[in-house]
Amino acid sequence: MTNGWVDIKNTDMMLIMGGNPAENHPCGFKWAIEAKRNRNAKIISVDPRFTRTSSVADLFCQIRAGSDIAFLGGVINYAIENNRIAKDYLVNFTNAAFVVKNDFKLPGDTDGVFSGFDAGKHTYDRASWNYAAAGGAANAGAPGAPAPLPEKVDYDLTLQNPNCVFQLLKKHYSRYTPEMVERITGIPKDQFLKAAEMYTSIRKDGDMKMAGTIIYAVGWTQHSFGTQIIRTAAMLQLLLGNVGRAGGGVNALRGHSNIQGATDMAGLFDTLPGYLKVPTPGDASFDAWMKRATPTSSKPAPWDSWNYYGNTPKFTVSLLKAMYGDAATKQNGWAFDYLPKVDRDYSWTHLWDDMYNGTVKGMLAFGMNGVAIGPDSNKNIDALKKAEWLVVGEIYPDETSEFWKSPRVIAQGDMKQIQTTVYRLPCAGFAEKDGSFTNSARWLLWKNAAVPMPGDCRLDHGIVAQIFLKVRDLYKKDGGKFPDPIMNLTWNYSDRLNPPLAEVLKEMNGKALADLEDPATKQQIKAGQQLPGFAWLKDDGTTSCGIWIYAGSFTEAGNQTARRDPSDPSGMGVHPGWGWSWPANRRVLYNRASCDVDGKPWDPSRRQVWWNETTQKWVGNDVPDFKADSHPKDHMGPFIMNPEGVGRIFAPLGAFADGPFPEHYEPIESPIVNPLHAGQSTNPMVTRFKDADDKFGTTKDGFNVVCTTFRLTEHYHYWTKNNPMNVQLVPEPFIEMAAEMADEMGIRGGEHVKVSSARGEYIAKAMVTKRIKSMMIDGKKTYQIGIPFHWGYRGIAEDEGKTARNLVNSLTHTAADPNAHTPEFKGFLVKVEKV
Amino acid sequence: MNPTRRDFLKLTTVGGAAAAVFGFDLKPAYAQLRVLKIARANETRSTCPYCAVGCGTIIYTIGDRAKNVTAQVVHVEGDPDHPTNRGTLCPKGASLEQDILNDRRLLKPQVRRPGGTQWEDISWDDALNEIAARVKKTRDESFIEKDANGHTVNRTESIAWIGGCTDTNEFNYLVVKAMRALGVVHLENQARV
Amino acid sequence: MSQETLRIQKISGHAGTVAGEGTQREYTICKLIDTTTCIGCKACEVACMEWNDLPFGETIFGNTYQTMPETRWNYWNLILFNEHEREDGSLMWLMRKNQCMHCADPGCLAACPSDGAIVQYTNGIVDFQQANCIGCGYCITGCPFDIPKLNPQTKRVFKCTLCTDRVGEGLEPACIKSCPTGCLHFGSKDDMLDLAEKRAKQLRDHSNYPNAGVYDPKGVGGTSVVYVLHDAANPELYGGLPKDPHIPWSVKLWKGPLKWLGNVAMVGGLIGLFVHYLRFGPKDRDEEEMKAETKS
Repeated sequence: MTNGWVDIKNTDMMLIMGGNPAENHPCGFKWAIEAKRNRNAKIISVDPRFTRTSSVADLFCQIRAGSDIAFLGGVINYAIENNRIAKDYLVNFTNAAFVVKNDFKLPGDTDGVFSGFDAGKHTYDRASWNYAAAGGAANAGAPGAPAPLPEKVDYDLTLQNPNCVFQLLKKHYSRYTPEMVERITGIPKDQFLKAAEMYTSIRKDGDMKMAGTIIYAVGWTQHSFGTQIIRTAAMLQLLLGNVGRAGGGVNALRGHSNIQGATDMAGLFDTLPGYLKVPTPGDASFDAWMKRATPTSSKPAPWDSWNYYGNTPKFTVSLLKAMYGDAATKQNGWAFDYLPKVDRDYSWTHLWDDMYNGTVKGMLAFGMNGVAIGPDSNKNIDALKKAEWLVVGEIYPDETSEFWKSPRVIAQGDMKQIQTTVYRLPCAGFAEKDGSFTNSARWLLWKNAAVPMPGDCRLDHGIVAQIFLKVRDLYKKDGGKFPDPIMNLTWNYSDRLNPPLAEVLKEMNGKALADLEDPATKQQIKAGQQLPGFAWLKDDGTTSCGIWIYAGSFTEAGNQTARRDPSDPSGMGVHPGWGWSWPANRRVLYNRASCDVDGKPWDPSRRQVWWNETTQKWVGNDVPDFKADSHPKDHMGPFIMNPEGVGRIFAPLGAFADGPFPEHYEPIESPIVNPLHAGQSTNPMVTRFKDADDKFGTTKDGFNVVCTTFRLTEHYHYWTKNNPMNVQLVPEPFIEMAAEMADEMGIRGGEHVKVSSARGEYIAKAMVTKRIKSMMIDGKKTYQIGIPFHWGYRGIAEDEGKTARNLVNSLTHTAADPNAHTPEFKGFLVKVEKV
Repeated sequence: MNPTRRDFLKLTTVGGAAAAVFGFDLKPAYAQLRVLKIARANETRSTCPYCAVGCGTIIYTIGDRAKNVTAQVVHVEGDPDHPTNRGTLCPKGASLEQDILNDRRLLKPQVRRPGGTQWEDISWDDALNEIAARVKKTRDESFIEKDANGHTVNRTESIAWIGGCTDTNEFNYLVVKAMRALGVVHLENQARV
Repeated sequence: MSQETLRIQKISGHAGTVAGEGTQREYTICKLIDTTTCIGCKACEVACMEWNDLPFGETIFGNTYQTMPETRWNYWNLILFNEHEREDGSLMWLMRKNQCMHCADPGCLAACPSDGAIVQYTNGIVDFQQANCIGCGYCITGCPFDIPKLNPQTKRVFKCTLCTDRVGEGLEPACIKSCPTGCLHFGSKDDMLDLAEKRAKQLRDHSNYPNAGVYDPKGVGGTSVVYVLHDAANPELYGGLPKDPHIPWSVKLWKGPLKWLGNVAMVGGLIGLFVHYLRFGPKDRDEEEMKAETKS
C-alpha cells in the first residue's frame, strides 16, 4: 500500500477492483465504511461476481475476469476527454510533459505491439522506449550498451508536443471508448459511464480537494498482464493527482499476515532485501554490479531529482556486511562472489517446471502449501513425484506433504513407484512464537508468544537454523563445493540453534561498525550502536544493515515495532507511535505530492506535510517523504525513488517487459479474440511452458465458460479447513453460477456439478445465484462462474469424506506475467456439466 | 423449525400459562449471573496470523504466569488499542482459539520413505541429520561455479525453498541469509502467487 | 439480597412483586444493527460461539452463504442473507444479524410458566435462567421473532443472553466488539436510537435509499436491539423480519384480561404439562428431532 488501512477513512471515493476487502480484509474494510459514514464517500465495486463488498457499494459493475486494463484504460480516456484531470499535479509531479523519442510507436499503430518487437524471438528491443534528450542530443551511454535515460530530458510544460507523454497517453487510450470497454469487459456502456463519471467526479472542474483511492488484490496480480493492470491504476491515480494524498494512493490489500514482510525481505529470486537488484553473471565485479544497479537522475534541466536509489551501494555494502561480517571486505568486493548470480527466471512457475524436468531435486516448503496455492496442481504433484526429497514444515497435514497419497496418485496407482523422500516437521503456531509481521500498510508490529508449543513441535526459525548449522558442520568436516559463503555467514546469535528474534531484528536494523559522525549535525554514533535510520548507511564497510528499509525499526531506543501508543494527534489515522512503518516510520508514501508546487496542502483540511517557510523545512503530521530542506522553488520531484523524481505515466526502457503503457491483452484462455488487435490477442511477452501437463483450452474445444477463483470471508486460504468453527460456517466447497445458466442446464442449487478445464476437473455443489449474470462479450453471450478455493484433500470435511477431495487449482494453467512473474490463474476457460 | 411442534405449542400455550400464573413459588427466581470467564486470565498481545490487515489480538490464557502453570488459551479477542482493528476481528480472527487448540496439529516429525505408503515416525536428530546430508549432497552435485560464458555464478539450481509469508520478518531474514549462502536461486514465497 | 436481584424488573411465572422493580437507577442498554453496513462476515456469529463456548454443530450446504436456516439452541446469532432484485434489475444482497431482540415487553417471559426461568433486567436484557427452565417451550411460542430454541437433550431453552456476564462487568457484548465494519454498535437505548436516526437520515439524503429507517417495533414495547434498514417499509425482505410484531394473542389473553381465570384454572395448566410430556417426553422422539435440527 502507498497509504494504509486507517488512512482509507480519509477518502472521498473508492474504486475496489480485483479485490474483495469486505470478505477478505473485513477489519481493514471498516475504514472504507467509516469513510462512507463520516464523509459520504462512495464505493465502486468492479468484480466478476457481486460480492459482499458489492453489497455495500454505491455502484457495482460485473466485469469479465481479466479485462481490467480495458476498464481502467476507459476511465483514463473518460478523464482526459472530460477534463477531469489534475493539471498542475500532472505537469509538475509526473512525466506527462516529458518528450518521448520519435521512433517510439504505440500498439494502435503497430498491430498490437509497441515499437521494437521481434515477432520471431518474442522479445522487445526497448531502445525507442525512452525520453528524448534535451536539445536533440543523443543519449549518452557506454559504447555498445543500450542507451540509458538521458540526463537532461526534453519537455513541454504546455503538454502540446505530440510526442510528449500526455499526448501519447491520450492517443493510446482514445481507443478505449465506452463501446470498446463494453465489448471487452461485458459492462454495458451506460454502467461503465456511470462508474467513470463517479470515480472522476472527485476532479470535477479541476478541484483538487477531494481524494480517491484504488484498492486491489490478487484479482489483479494473477493475470498474464497483472503488473500492467496495477500500472494502469497507478497512472489513473497520477492523472487524477491522487498519489501521496491522504485517502488516495494505490493500495494492495495483500492476503497473508506477513506477505509484505516476505516481499521486503526478498524471499524471492529476483531481489535482495529492500528491493535491491540481484547480481547477474554479467556483473564482473561488485563495482560493475553497482554501476548497473544504481540509477542516475533523468529530468528536465531546471528541475531537481533526489534519485534516492542513487544510494544503492550504501544499502548493498551494509547488507553484505550484515550477512558476511568481517569476511566482506573492500578487497573481495564485499564478498560479491558469495552471492548467487541470476540471469534467468527462477520464479514460481519455473520452479515447478524445473522440478518437473528434473533440475530441482530437493525442496524445502515452510508454511506454504505449494501443491494447492499456485496454478496447475496436477503438474505440481507430477513434479514432486520426480523430486528426490521434500521437507515440509507445517502445523497441519497439508496437500503438499501428502502429494504422494493424493487422489491423483491413488487414481494412477503409482504410489509405490514414487521415490521422493518426504520429511514433515511439526512447526510452531503464531501464538507460540514472537517476532514481527509487516502488514500491508507497511507497519511492522511485534507480537508476543502466548502459549507453549504442543507435542514435539519446534520453532520454524529454529528448524532453519538447525538445518543450516548441520550443513555447515558437514562442510567443516567433509569439505565440499565452495563452502566459503556457508562458513562465513554471520550467525552470532546468543542461541544459535534458536536465534532470539529480537536479536535478528537488531541485525536487520543495522549498527555502526566504526564510530560515525554526521558532518552536518555533528551527531555521533559509536561503533556497535544501533543505527537510527538508513541515512546513516555507508558504502565503506563501516555500517551493517540486513535490510535498509527496516533501518530505524530497532534503534538504541529499543524495539520500535513493539511500540503501543495508540494516539493520533492529527486525527488522520497516522498513529505515529504504534509499531513502526517503513520507510522511516512514514505512513503515506510520496506525501510531498499532497502539496502543490509551492508546498501548500491541496486540501487544507487534510494536512499531511507542508513546507515551513520559517524553518525552511518540510514538516507535518506524517514524516515527510522528501528531502527535508529542499525548497519548493528547487522543484525537486516528489517521487524520490524514481530517477526522474516524478511519477511515471510513461515507464521508460526496461521498467516493464511488455510496454511503457499498459495495453489490453486477452487472458491466455479467452472466449474472444482481442477486439483491439486480432493479430496480437494475448500478451506477446507472456511466459508459457510446453510440458505434457501444460495444456490450454479454447472455445472450439467446448471450453466456453470464463472461470475465476476466490476466497470466502469464512475461510483463510488452505488453513481454516482444519478449524471446526470455520468449517461450521461454510462446510464444503461450491461453484457459484448464474441462475440463468443453471436454468438452461437444468441444475438446481445443491446439485453436484463438474467443472473441467484442459488440465483437470473439479466437482462440487452448485450455488445458483442472482449475483452472477450472463454477459455479452464482444457480442457473444458468455457465462462466468466462480469457485472458492479453500478445500483440498486434507481437512476436516475432506477427511470425513464430505467433499470430492479435489483442488481448484487443478483447473488453472501455468502462464506468467513477464514483469512480476506471477502466474495467471484468476481467469481461464472451463466447461460445466451436471453430474 | 418443525411446524408440527409449533402448532402444538400454540394450542397448549393457554393451559401452560395458566399453570404458571397460578403462583407456586417453587424456588427463588434469582438470576444466576454468569461470571466473566477472562476476569483473571493472563493477556498476551499478538497479531492475527491470517491476512495482512494485521489485526491486534489479545490471547487470554489460564494462570498468571506463575511458574507452575502451563499457559493454555481460554479465549481470543481483538485488541481495542490497535489502531487498525480497534478490537474487532473477522470470523477467522475470532476463531483463533480453535487454531491454537486444535487436535489436527502435527506433533512429531515424520518421514515418508521412497515407495512408502504411510508416514513413519522419525526423531528430530535423525530427521535433521538426514535433511542436512541431502541438502549438502544435492548442493555439491549441482553447484555451478561458472556458467557457459565463464562468468562466476556460484549457485545451485537443484534446491528450492518456498514459504515465509505467514511467518515473521526475522524468520524470513534468516531464511534469505541461509538460502543465499547455500547458493539457492529457486527461492520463492506466496508474494509471487 | 444480592444487587443482581435488585436489577431484575420482570420475572417469568412469578407470583407477587418483583423485588428489584423500581428500586434501581440504570440506563437501558441497546444494540444497534445497521444492516446497510453489514458485510455478512459472520464475525459476530463466531464471537458469540467463542465467548459462550457453544459446542459445534453440523451444517450443510444450502445454496446460500447463510450458515444455517435459523438459529439453534447452540447458535444464538445468525446472519440472514437475502438476494433482492430492485425494479431496475440491480441487486441488493441484504444481510441481517438475527438474534434475540430483547423486547421491552418480552413475549417469551410472558408465556413462560416457570418461576424465574426468564428474567428481565432493569437495563433491558431478557435472560433465560436454564436452571429454572422446565423445557415446556412456551417461550418459543411467545416470541414473535422465533428466537428461543430448545435443546432436546437437556430440555432447556437457550438464546442470546446479550452477554450478561460481559455487560455486567462493564464490557460490550462479544458480537458488538467483533464487528469489523461497526455495523454493530452498543450503548444506551437513547444514544443508539439517535445514532440510528442519523444514519437513516444520511442514507435518505446521500444514498439511494429514500425509505431508509429505524426498526424499533412498538408492538413489543420497543426492543433493546434496533435495526437501521435500507427499506424500513419492507422489513420482511430481511429474512422475514416482522413488520409489526406482537406477543401472540393467546399469551396476551392469559396474561392480561383472563389472568384471573388462569389463577383458578390449575387444571388447565396441568393438562398443558401433560400434553407437553406426551409431545416431548419420549426419548426416541428427542433424538430424531435433534438430528432433524442439526441437518436443517
